[in-house]
Amino acid sequence: MTEPKDFIAGIGSDIKKSQKRVLFVTRRTSAQVRVFDEERVQTYPEALFRAALAIELLTIALVLISLFFNAPLEGLADPTNTPNPAKAPWYFLGLQEMLHYFPPVVAGVLIPMVLVVALVVIPYFNVNIEADGLFLKNRHRRLNIFYAGAIGLSLFLWFFHVYVALIPTLVIAAIMLVAAFSSPTSSQPLRRYLAAKPVSWWVMTWFLLELIVLTVVGTFFRGPGWSWVLPWRS
Amino acid sequence: MAGKIDDYIAKLERTRVWRSVFRSGTGSSTLHRALAIQQNVFLHLFSTKVRRRMLGFKATWYLGTLTLGTFLILVITGILLMLYYRPAVPQAYADVKDLQFVVSSGLFLRNLHRWAAHTMVLLAFAHLFRVFYRGAYRPPREFNWVIGIVLLMVTLLLSYTGYLLPWDQLAYWAITVGSNISATVPVIGEKVRFLMLGGHQVNANALLRFYVLHCVILPLAAVLFIAVHFWRIRKDGGLYVRQSEPIREPAKEDESAVLEKV
Repeated sequence: MTEPKDFIAGIGSDIKKSQKRVLFVTRRTSAQVRVFDEERVQTYPEALFRAALAIELLTIALVLISLFFNAPLEGLADPTNTPNPAKAPWYFLGLQEMLHYFPPVVAGVLIPMVLVVALVVIPYFNVNIEADGLFLKNRHRRLNIFYAGAIGLSLFLWFFHVYVALIPTLVIAAIMLVAAFSSPTSSQPLRRYLAAKPVSWWVMTWFLLELIVLTVVGTFFRGPGWSWVLPWRS
Repeated sequence: MAGKIDDYIAKLERTRVWRSVFRSGTGSSTLHRALAIQQNVFLHLFSTKVRRRMLGFKATWYLGTLTLGTFLILVITGILLMLYYRPAVPQAYADVKDLQFVVSSGLFLRNLHRWAAHTMVLLAFAHLFRVFYRGAYRPPREFNWVIGIVLLMVTLLLSYTGYLLPWDQLAYWAITVGSNISATVPVIGEKVRFLMLGGHQVNANALLRFYVLHCVILPLAAVLFIAVHFWRIRKDGGLYVRQSEPIREPAKEDESAVLEKV
């Protein structure tokens, strides 16, 4: 039914030498030994020179940018004169956008803490290691959880008027719906691809989309009083 | 001329003093190249050999390497900027103005530091997502993933503390917004903000604290965790490989060369 997975879950038993990866696959009768052997090259010079070249190209790009674009510098800091809007650095503008809808303790403390903890625990759950397609096992139960989660989250965001975060949520939910009714043996490559995606992939992709949308909105589309502005009409 | 210099360098490399510093000796043999990695305190973080298929751009997009690259640029430009900067009110702002208009190449130096800093944050995020989508967090690499998250936090803090240093309106109010958020942490919030700013609002004490964090504590933390991050790659068996990625057969001519020698 399912396509062969892209990896085999398990710990490489030969990390010390790492010339060969040995994996034991127990069958009903006897253990099989599979050996992967592959070409290895010297770190010096092969890898180090490539790394150096990559860093040099990056440096050239950054030098060119620095020659043509000046870093912003505004007037002397003045505690009595609050600019409107006062914006955090761009990578925090997603959180500042949340600050617009939720109390600071939620947007500024709870959400970032949940994010960090969620990122840290990813590799410690077997469901993320095995990474089976979300709707392939326990289909009925998982569909119900998905419906409840997606509708619950959407209603929550709608209730607090967080339309900026609601739209990416709906987009991901719609794609997940396509995945739920796709089979890994489908004739369409996209549906095969989506059907094989595990739960962590969906959550992370949702997070990535939210991160991009919220940061772009906060950086370019928010003006005085955190109202909507168009960046090209200033 | 060039031949003479080469001879001279070769002679130098054979001297007792040189050999006491670089014990591996020089040469292009596999042994010498392996020793060049193994016997160098920094390079021995890496393994002496790597999988050829992991060197392609496709596998990693070189995002980790490039993040390190931005960090190196930031250390160098940062040290040069420190020569012209006093973390005091109102000297800080005047010093940054001087960098813009008086110091030779000061404008370029500050531009490079600023754009490299933004790039580093961007690359660290890109690296995180790239590693995730490859599934490279899988055992035995779980802990290196966690170290990566720590490094992302350090990167964000480095960028955030640096944001205040020019002491202009942009810096002042960005940090005010941030520190007000930390004050909303239940029970300890106000204390945390006081510890962070050295007062109840962003002032000269805050500038000094952010300067120390930005120039001493956080870079040291970053170097430490980067070292562990790299070392763990070797300890965890090299970069993560997907089974579906084709293994290139070792070149046939190598084998025949070995046979001939035998």
